[in-house]
Amino acid sequence: MTGWTAVLVACALCFALKLAGYLVPEGFLAGERVRRIAALITVALLSALVVVQALGEDGSLTVDARVPALGVAAVALWLRAPFIVVVVLAALTAAGLRAAT
Amino acid sequence: MSGGVRQEQSSRGPTLRQSLSVAAAVGAYAISFGALSVAAGLTVAQTCALSLLMFTGGSQFAFVGVVGAGGTPVAAAATAALLGARNGLYGLQMAPVLGATGLRRLAAAHVTIDESTAVATAQPTARLRRLGFWVTGTAVFVLWNLMTLTGAVVGDALGDPRRYGLDAAAAAAFLGLVWPRLREGSARAVAAGAVVVAAALTPIAPAGLPVLAAAAVAVVVGWRTRS
Repeated sequence: MTGWTAVLVACALCFALKLAGYLVPEGFLAGERVRRIAALITVALLSALVVVQALGEDGSLTVDARVPALGVAAVALWLRAPFIVVVVLAALTAAGLRAAT
Repeated sequence: MSGGVRQEQSSRGPTLRQSLSVAAAVGAYAISFGALSVAAGLTVAQTCALSLLMFTGGSQFAFVGVVGAGGTPVAAAATAALLGARNGLYGLQMAPVLGATGLRRLAAAHVTIDESTAVATAQPTARLRRLGFWVTGTAVFVLWNLMTLTGAVVGDALGDPRRYGLDAAAAAAFLGLVWPRLREGSARAVAAGAVVVAAALTPIAPAGLPVLAAAAVAVVVGWRTRS
């Protein structure tokens, strides 16, 4: 798959999943367990993405300016800062540390 | 009877305010998405296509995250689809409320996301649930796409993403997305398991796979947990 093919295939898959909810009969797949697993899959994927994005570097784990930046983001979230503030603080922390070293 | 109707009409205000404030907050996520997407190597046009056609934030962030980490396009698409699966469950919830058919149903499906479903289900009456769904969905769609374009153009002009800490910003964005979902103990257990699986597999598995493998933790915990 090239970049554009992947973009369009992924978009089609995501739309199909949304539409499926409107097309399947009510009650189907709507069990408590399915709901719980779907919610937990979201948590698992996002948590794994935090790790890969914060520590991954060409297929290995590296600790660099991203780690303190993520720590700053966690503190900001703890203090209930808005999303955009959290993201900007992380960027500024990493950029500042890299400029200083 | 007429008193009830008047009361319901007068209570449209809170629903509309809620819808628009959610949309405004989400617009800010879109700026970061636009900037992070071009930083991950997608073009401005591909970035805007994701917001127009995929239109589900978590999946979009995941797609560009996997691409940026060197994952294959197949892994990126698979991760985005898995994260988008919850929208199908929202659709199940919204279908009887909206009662939409034909083109309206396609439009409803497209704007079925965390925000529109959350605002809709929080409303006290069926009429306000429909209002909340459509106003939130439409307002988020418009702002999400405008702000994605803004973020992508700005990100494109910035150049080297690492110099501006955009790689760290992407990690913070994922943390911000998962944070409100960690209230329950089982969610925290899954998050911890996913972190361990992703970290353990990153040095040995091809890029993209560690994230997909983490989903298995959710299936195991979700299957065994009793509600």
